[in-house]
Amino acid sequence: MLVRPKGGILDPQGEAVERSLHQLGFPVGDARVGRVIDLEVDAASSEEARAQVEQMCERLLANPLIESYEIEIEDRPA
Amino acid sequence: MTERRPRIGVLVFPGSNDDRDAAWALSALGGEPQLVWHAEPELPRVDAVVLPGGFSYGDYLRVGAIARFAPAMDAVADFAHDGGPVLGICNGFQILCEAGLLPGALRPNAALSFVCRDVPLVVERADTSFTARCEPGQTLVIPVKHGDGCYQAPPELPASQVVLRYAPGENPNGSDGDIAAVINEAGNVLGLMPHPEHAVDTLLGSADGGLILASLVDAARERSYAHA
Repeated sequence: MLVRPKGGILDPQGEAVERSLHQLGFPVGDARVGRVIDLEVDAASSEEARAQVEQMCERLLANPLIESYEIEIEDRPA
Repeated sequence: MTERRPRIGVLVFPGSNDDRDAAWALSALGGEPQLVWHAEPELPRVDAVVLPGGFSYGDYLRVGAIARFAPAMDAVADFAHDGGPVLGICNGFQILCEAGLLPGALRPNAALSFVCRDVPLVVERADTSFTARCEPGQTLVIPVKHGDGCYQAPPELPASQVVLRYAPGENPNGSDGDIAAVINEAGNVLGLMPHPEHAVDTLLGSADGGLILASLVDAARERSYAHA
């Protein structure tokens, strides 16, 4: 899961990172800092795994008021 | 006849660190505090609940995000839905937002630095269970100490749910609308970032926090008579 501050929400960490990158000579814009959560899910299909992970994001891993999330599923045979 | 000392539950999470200060202040102001461990599935018989400041679960994931799933929080939600007064201070405010008992969320301070100082606050509403001893428009001086106090208000938040604001030019964390304290729609759950329990004696700089905690003790006492 990739969890990051929603667009329009102030992201002071992103701003600090952007300023530092400017000092290093990288003229980047719109830096946002989020977090990556890796975990293993036991599921019969990737659809089922995605449904479980969505629940996890809605209930705990992200705060939908202020954060958006993306889910990436990687199959790993049992 | 002496006044009844209402029982006030003070929750203790792993990482709470203002629980004893809150209990001491409530006791000094006429309450009978009772510490409640977060793993308790039920509250003892109490007439008000305080969620104290601290760093529950090391602020892992997001502030308050893990503490809201403590067994005692289900009991706090039931207590709140029954109309019981619930006060969340700092980390307690963060937990109440994560639990959905208060609107909005708290984000890292806009300047990213931890702030620890006295701040002047303006009383927007003096007709709540938490501010009844204040005057509307009164300025209170109460310390803040937090790294995640930037209140993100939902766009539809009515001004009537803002109880305290940082005085003009004194916003320590970048909060929307200088908001320092928010109340739920029903008017029985309040969260604030400043620490009233650290301002109950002029020897420590200010006794203004005592107005908030004493208001809560009054509300708890009223409830104790109503439920006697």
